[in-house]
Amino acid sequence: MSVTRRQFFIRTAQTAAAGAVAGTIWYQLLSSSAQAAPSMLRPPGALDNQDFLARCIKCGNCVNDCPFDTLKLARMGKENTQGTPFFNARKIPCHMCEDIPCVKACPTGALDPELTDIKQAEMGVAVIDEETCLAFLGLRCEICYRVCPKIDKAIDLQYRSQERTGKHAFFEPVIHSEECTGCGMCEHACPTDEAAIRILPKELVKGMVGKHYRLGWKDKGRITRDFKPEASASKASTSSAKALNTLNNTGKLYD
Amino acid sequence: MTDSSHTASIKERTSVFQIVSNNRYLIARRFVQVGTLLLFAAGAWWDWSILKGNLSASRLFERIFLADPFATLQIYAAGQSLAKPILLGAATVLLFYLIVGGRVFCSWVCPVNMVTDLAAWLRNKLNIKTAYQLNRNLRYLNLGLALVLSAISGYAAFEWVSPINMMHRELIFGLGMGWTAVLGLFFFDLLLVRHGWCGHLCPLGAFYSLLGRLRVWKIQFQADRCDKCGVCHKICPEPHVLKLTDLNQNGRVIAGDCTNCLRCTSVCPQKALHSSLSSPLESFKLINQKEVV
Repeated sequence: MSVTRRQFFIRTAQTAAAGAVAGTIWYQLLSSSAQAAPSMLRPPGALDNQDFLARCIKCGNCVNDCPFDTLKLARMGKENTQGTPFFNARKIPCHMCEDIPCVKACPTGALDPELTDIKQAEMGVAVIDEETCLAFLGLRCEICYRVCPKIDKAIDLQYRSQERTGKHAFFEPVIHSEECTGCGMCEHACPTDEAAIRILPKELVKGMVGKHYRLGWKDKGRITRDFKPEASASKASTSSAKALNTLNNTGKLYD
Repeated sequence: MTDSSHTASIKERTSVFQIVSNNRYLIARRFVQVGTLLLFAAGAWWDWSILKGNLSASRLFERIFLADPFATLQIYAAGQSLAKPILLGAATVLLFYLIVGGRVFCSWVCPVNMVTDLAAWLRNKLNIKTAYQLNRNLRYLNLGLALVLSAISGYAAFEWVSPINMMHRELIFGLGMGWTAVLGLFFFDLLLVRHGWCGHLCPLGAFYSLLGRLRVWKIQFQADRCDKCGVCHKICPEPHVLKLTDLNQNGRVIAGDCTNCLRCTSVCPQKALHSSLSSPLESFKLINQKEVV
């Protein structure tokens, strides 16, 4: 069965055309189904969105091995990114098992096996709606604080005097995002009709100061070192007499 | 075949025992397919530790990793490094199917096969004529596309759209819209293209076809028994593997597309076809000879 050159070219073109059509449709399907869902909470140790979705083989073993039925598989047409694990903290939060069975179950490393201390997990961060939080309204509620597995680290209470009554105090919960794992115990326990404290993925919530800012009260040495190499040397010679004479020695301020 | 033996065989076939016996391979295949699904389901629902996961990746007895080598390849093509468990799992599965024949997965394990077989059976019953012809090599195009698209998009391309995964997930984890894909596939096979999905389009099947070339488990052909009645061609989902010239030349089915479903062996009235084990080197020689000829 010999093929003439003409036939060969025609066949190649036909294959290319079929490939282009199928490939385009497929690519559209792929990019709509593998579309990152930025608000979904992922299991502990999940890599960042793109890598997580690329690695997850959708076997469901993290879901199978979750002893609290926290993790669910996203269903086609119901949640985005079908077949990948997620959890709804309001329904069932992550109980932060010490042996982290979900990470152990993952065969592809979509859940990072280097996460061995569950308290270092970064599933999300709690945010508080101060307008509906009972504590911010001046009522006595500290449920989120009490249920937090990292009480006094991830969340603590800040006391503020209640000026309306003049004799009470606000017990306001404050989140520390570097400690908060996003397990969702607080969101699950929040007694308001719609949770006033809820977990969101960190990248949706966290801002970033910018590297060029210097916080004088935190990194004293760095400021003078970065901007005034000479002044850092003279720092040791600061004295109260010199401070009192500041206005007499303005010359140095403007150099 | 004489007239008397013909009537005798018809009479025999009517008995229940004979029906079971004639369909023993079909029953065995369904048993394995449903059994696999049930083990996965038990792993998910009741925490049985025999088989946990799905056909993409799983754990056997909590110790042995298994992984779909094609899915693993796509993850690699998408630019991800491969963790030890799926690498080991994929190697184990690869080795297994290299020996028994790649497309044994298709006819003995894959749940979609039950849907497409039903469509094909119904199609025969309702006498639905072929509406469209597709090239069977389209699946190899899809196989290539799966890897190219994985590389371009950074996501395992087939894994996100695979009806096999969708069906499995619907059965075990339930209640999504994955059924629509399976239903669509059923009607595509029933009304439009005979053996449309499994025989023409599925890239996973294409991958396993490539793997199946050197398999040990093969359909053997006894030319002296064959009376060229063509019954095997009618029932075979991949009838090109039973091309008579190839069978005469090789004495067995060597094409990778054969799924070892064994339907041909049970319908052949002359018992000219049976399955047995043969050396992989032999088929390697046969393939090379064929290319020389």
